[in-house]
Amino acid sequence: MSILVDTNTRLCVAGITGREGRFHTLRDRDYGTNVVAGVTPGKGGQDVDGIPVFDTFRAAAAETGANAAMIFVPPRFAADSILEAEDAGIELIVAITEGIPAHDELRVYNHLRRGRSRLVGPNCPGILSPGKANVGIIPAQFFKEGNVGLVSRSGTLTYQIGNELAQRGFGNSSIVGIGGDPVPGSSFIDIIELFEADAQTELIVMCGEIGGSSEEEAAEFIAESVSKPVLAYIAGFTAPPGKTMGHAGAIVSGSKGTAAAKAEALEASGVRVGRNPTQVAEIAVEILGMRV
Amino acid sequence: MDLLEYQGKQLFRRHGVPVPEGRYAASVEDAMDAAEQLGYPVVIKAQVQIGGRGKAGGIKLASDADEAELHAAAILGMDIRGFTVQEMYVEKASSIAEEYYAAIVFDRSAKKPMAMLSRMGGIEVEEVAERDPEAMRMLHVDPLIGFQEFHGRRLAFEAGIAEDLIRPVGAMLGRLYDVFVGEDATLVEVNPLLVTDERHVVALDAKVTIDGNALFRHPDVAELRDLSAEDPQERMAQDRGLTYVKLDGNVGILGNGAGLVMSTLDVVAQAGGKPANFLDAGGGSKAEAITSAVEVILSDEKVRAVLFNIFGGITRCDEVAKGLIDAFRQIEPDVPFVVRLDGTNDEEGRRLLAEAKLPNVHSEATMLGAAERVVELAG
Repeated sequence: MSILVDTNTRLCVAGITGREGRFHTLRDRDYGTNVVAGVTPGKGGQDVDGIPVFDTFRAAAAETGANAAMIFVPPRFAADSILEAEDAGIELIVAITEGIPAHDELRVYNHLRRGRSRLVGPNCPGILSPGKANVGIIPAQFFKEGNVGLVSRSGTLTYQIGNELAQRGFGNSSIVGIGGDPVPGSSFIDIIELFEADAQTELIVMCGEIGGSSEEEAAEFIAESVSKPVLAYIAGFTAPPGKTMGHAGAIVSGSKGTAAAKAEALEASGVRVGRNPTQVAEIAVEILGMRV
Repeated sequence: MDLLEYQGKQLFRRHGVPVPEGRYAASVEDAMDAAEQLGYPVVIKAQVQIGGRGKAGGIKLASDADEAELHAAAILGMDIRGFTVQEMYVEKASSIAEEYYAAIVFDRSAKKPMAMLSRMGGIEVEEVAERDPEAMRMLHVDPLIGFQEFHGRRLAFEAGIAEDLIRPVGAMLGRLYDVFVGEDATLVEVNPLLVTDERHVVALDAKVTIDGNALFRHPDVAELRDLSAEDPQERMAQDRGLTYVKLDGNVGILGNGAGLVMSTLDVVAQAGGKPANFLDAGGGSKAEAITSAVEVILSDEKVRAVLFNIFGGITRCDEVAKGLIDAFRQIEPDVPFVVRLDGTNDEEGRRLLAEAKLPNVHSEATMLGAAERVVELAG
């Protein structure tokens, strides 16, 4: 098993005719992901290396039975594209786009919560279920199938940690990037809940960073509702207050959102917190036993 | 993007938020002219983004031209908690009957805007929270519905606002919400929200933060500057489209991906070093981008050594290595570099670096090893 994306995923890509969109869509398809359609208004009827392009999500979903969307359009059009995918009844929407205005994200989030669609991202690397499907820009070559579920606010840091785990012989059930923006469509809690219910996942690794309180909220949820071991890493101990550290959501506001407070909350809930990516992998070995 | 008081008040006026009449001043003469036009008494206010301006002597009342000159001369150039005052705002003095607090904040946890109102204003919010937590009333607004009149009424009644002010205070909150949404703000704070002797409700201060991702919708706001908070390296990085944050150490840092760079800063600190900056080169591996980034890092004179921490995913390490080699041809850095290349094509990248025999460039295989090495080299 795995979570969110697998061999049943039928992917439709918004922004497939753009340079980045095309590049990553074809990589995802090469990996084995079933990419069934693309959407670019005004380019309906064309194709991208054999993948049919439609003018609207409605048409794409009706013609191809798409059940997942990947959003690759520029920030000023991204909220509209997410809402269009939701309107077409797409169940899972993965938004890669970085730079979407926070107020757009607020409206999208509050609207989607009332319906049945799930949003992962924006400003995320997507979701990889090794051996099954890759929806996004995660470099799949580093990861194989296994029992560690990985959820993260950051892209390259995930690869760093995932790679350290892989070097020690661990594989992943799924790797989920929830993104570095202030209003992520899915939270740590949403994803940890799925890993808790996933039979393949034996260890959950969460990778957080400064800003907001989603790690603290996750700590509370883990203490109450998670039976599987959870291991965490938090980035940004040296970040000064009031400065946005690359990700729009990574900012310590006054005394709120510090890495120290997050690590403390997690440890108080019985979550072990690695001090650096290497230590995370070492603790994973302690919890699951050596695999190599 | 944090705005100065006078900039925030420009946005307030646009959305019908009542503010005292005021003029911008960048010199003592400007301030005197402004005071003359406004008519005495006036208040001269230092424009810096740090709280506690009043206590530091950055806000002064002047009843005549002599006082205005004296105060403006004292305020201009004043250091307020590390910010040098370069701009002032001269405002017509208001009578003060009551001081409240009002704000619209972006509640990341609830994922909704939150309106706040307190009868205790003119002091730090944290102090209100300590002295009387019940005094601060708040409610969430559904962003799909927006701020309704009842929201304002409810907050005003709950905060214990006098009967005759329920409507104007509620209306004020509605207009602040208009600023919040209309200008893509993530914070709109008024402290104090003033009630004058004539029972007018006026925003005496303005603290506004605008979402940097929404500036394409607000070209006028994107042009605004804060001279007191400008750092030469940050300015240079911004002009080059780089994500850079200046810190106060001596180890220059470049990595790819915000999370990995934050983690790199932490690991350098754990190894006993002090990072000089945060710099996310993103997916950029081209020589041009790397040269540009290295120039920004080295323009900080405190930097004694530089760490390149790259985990290649889509970015290929051999491309990064080529970029670095080209960059070294254009600029000849006089400090040591530690380069850690891991991930896609890492061996090829390390081989290229070794063959290029760049002076004073050390290759390390792991992130921890690289952090220790760079700290040692920085001394």
